[in-house]
Amino acid sequence: MSAKYAGFGQARGVGRQARKTHPFVEPPELRSGETRHCPVLIVGGGPIGLATAIDLDRHVFPTIVLEKHDSVSDGSRAICWAKRTLEILDRLGSGERMLEKGVTWNVGKVYFGDQSDPIYTFDLLLDKAQKFPAFINLQQYYAEEFLVDLLADHEGIDMRWQNEVIAVDNDPDQVTVTVKTPAGNYRLSCDYLIAADGHRSPVRSILGLSFEGRVFEDHFLIADVRMKADFPAERRFWFDPPFNPGQTSLLHKQADDVWRIDFQMGWDIDKEAALDEKSIDARIRAFIGEAIDFDYEWVSLYTFQCRRMKNFVHKRVIFVGDSAHLVSPFGARGANGGIQDVDNLVWKLALILENKAPAGFLHSYDEERIYGADENILNSSRSTDFMTPKSEVSKAFRNATLELARDFEFARHFVNSGRLSVPCTLDLSTLNEPDTEDFSAKQRPGSPCLDAPVTCDGIERWFLNLLGDRFTGILFADASGSITEDMRTLEDQDIPVHTLVVKPAGCAAANGDIIDQQAHLQAHCDARPGTYYLIRPDQHVAARWRSFDIAKVNQALSRATGHSN
Amino acid sequence: MLPDIPIEPESKVMHTKINVEDPDGFYAKLIELHEGLSVDESLKVNAKLILMMANEIGDRSTLDEMLAYLRDESRK
Repeated sequence: MSAKYAGFGQARGVGRQARKTHPFVEPPELRSGETRHCPVLIVGGGPIGLATAIDLDRHVFPTIVLEKHDSVSDGSRAICWAKRTLEILDRLGSGERMLEKGVTWNVGKVYFGDQSDPIYTFDLLLDKAQKFPAFINLQQYYAEEFLVDLLADHEGIDMRWQNEVIAVDNDPDQVTVTVKTPAGNYRLSCDYLIAADGHRSPVRSILGLSFEGRVFEDHFLIADVRMKADFPAERRFWFDPPFNPGQTSLLHKQADDVWRIDFQMGWDIDKEAALDEKSIDARIRAFIGEAIDFDYEWVSLYTFQCRRMKNFVHKRVIFVGDSAHLVSPFGARGANGGIQDVDNLVWKLALILENKAPAGFLHSYDEERIYGADENILNSSRSTDFMTPKSEVSKAFRNATLELARDFEFARHFVNSGRLSVPCTLDLSTLNEPDTEDFSAKQRPGSPCLDAPVTCDGIERWFLNLLGDRFTGILFADASGSITEDMRTLEDQDIPVHTLVVKPAGCAAANGDIIDQQAHLQAHCDARPGTYYLIRPDQHVAARWRSFDIAKVNQALSRATGHSN
Repeated sequence: MLPDIPIEPESKVMHTKINVEDPDGFYAKLIELHEGLSVDESLKVNAKLILMMANEIGDRSTLDEMLAYLRDESRK
C-alpha cells in the first residue's frame, strides 16, 4: 500500500529515524565519455527495481540500477506484504528477514458504528502449514534496506544513487538514456530498459505514455504514528466509527511500535486545514484517547487512482510495478502486484537474453501481468466503490448491507473493506498447457505452487525453497519410483528441467528425494503415484499429467517458453 | 415485539448463509443498474427488483419471514 499522487502530501519526521544515506560515486562513464552498453538497465531503486536487479543477477545478468535519490523511501508507504510476495522475496534472499522484523497477521476485523464487537471477521490464511503468514506489516524502507543489504552478495549489480534518467531513446535495436548526476551528465545504452520508477514514472512521461482508468473522488489521510499501544496485530477496519463519523478508518500495526491510522476524509475538504497539525492531533486523540503518547512518523493526504498503462512493454522499455499500474491501497495490491510483475518478467527476459526464447516471448509478460493488474484494479475499485458510495442509492445499499451483516452471515460477504491481495492464478495464459486428465482445480495450470512442510535428505524443509528459479518437474512416486532416463535427458536440454521426486511418508528416499511427511503436497496437487507437474521458474504450474511422457513435457515446455502455442 | 410468524414444518426457511455466487460481482452489477438514475427512478427499479425476486422465491413462508424480520428491525 502506498500513499500516492499527492502533490499536497507531506512527510513529517518527528518520530522517524533517519534512513542511511548513500554517497554519490562518480560513474566511470562520466570521465571516459563513452556510452557503455549493458544487457539490462533498471530505472528506480525502490522495492521493485531492487528485486528485479537481484533476480536478474541470479540468472547471471549484470545490471545497472539508476536511483535519483540518495536513500531508500522516506516514509512507511507500502506496509502490507502478502504471503506470495514473501515467498518471492524468500527466493531472492530477504523473505526470512522480512518475516522476522515484520508484524505477522492473518485476521481482519470489520466494525460498524459504535458497536465494539466486529460485524465480520476473516482469516486470510486458508492453507495452514505454510512457511509464511497471510501478511506481515513492515515499513517499505525496511523492505528496501533488506534488498540493498543483499546487493553485497551480488557483484553483478551496479547500484548508482543520485543518478537520474532525464532522456530516453527507445530505438528498435537498443535503448539509450541520458543520466544526470551531481557531477554532470553521461549516457548508457542497453538491450532492455526496465522502468521501475514509481507511479509518477519519469520514463513513462519522457516517452509520452499515459495511464487509462479511474480516479476516485475521495481523500484519505494516513497518519503513521509511533506509540506504545496494546491493540492487537490484526487489520481493523471501521465503517462510520464514532471517531470518524460517516467515514471509514483503518488500523495496522507496523514494526518498531509504529501504527498506521487511515482516515477517510471525503471529497470536498480544505486540504491545508486537513494537514494542519492540530486537526490531525484531534483526529488521532479521538481515536486513541488521551492516555497514550505518540509521535508522527509519516503523514500523507491522498486520493485514489485505479489505472494502468494500456501495455507494459513498449519496444525495449518494460514497465513494472507502480509505473505500470496503480490501485487504491485497500487490498494491499500495489507493491504486492509489483513484486509479482518482477517474478513474472525476469525468467522470461533471461531466456530471451540467452537466445533460448524468441523476443516476442516478452508479450507473455504483458498478457499475464495485465491480467493480474486488471484483477487488482477490479478488486480495488469495488472496495473503493463500497467505501465511497457515489450516489444516494449506492449509499443506501452500502448501509443496508452493513446493518444486515449484524444479523445475517450472508450479508457479510457483501461487506467490502478491501479484498486483500492473493496470488494471481494466470487462468487464461497461453503459456499454460490445458489439463487433459482429471485433476482438482487447486493447483491447476497457471496457479502458483502452494508451500508445504517436507523433509529432504533427513532435514525439515519448505517445498518452495527446493524449487529454485529454473523449470522444475515434480514426480509423485510410490516407494519404488525414481528418476527415469528420459527425466535425466530433460536435465541436459537447452532449457533444462530438473525433476524432483516426491514420496509419501515412510518411504526409503534417495539423495534429494522429497518426503511429503504430512501429505500436504499430495493433497494440494491431487497427486497419485506417477503424477508429474511441470513448474515454471516463477513457481507457477505450467502443466500436469497422470503419467510422465517426455514428448508431452517438451511440448508444454515449448509452449511455456514462447516457442509454440 | 411482534408475534412470531408461524412456520409450517415442511416449508422452506430463509437463507442466512451466503447463497449468491460471486457476491462482489453481483453487488457491482446491482450498483451499476442504478447508475445515472434519479432517486425516484432508483426507488422504482428497486421495487421492481423486489417483486421479481419475490416471485422467484415463491414460497410465502420464506417471504413472510423476511417481512417479519424487517418490520421488527425497522421499528427498533
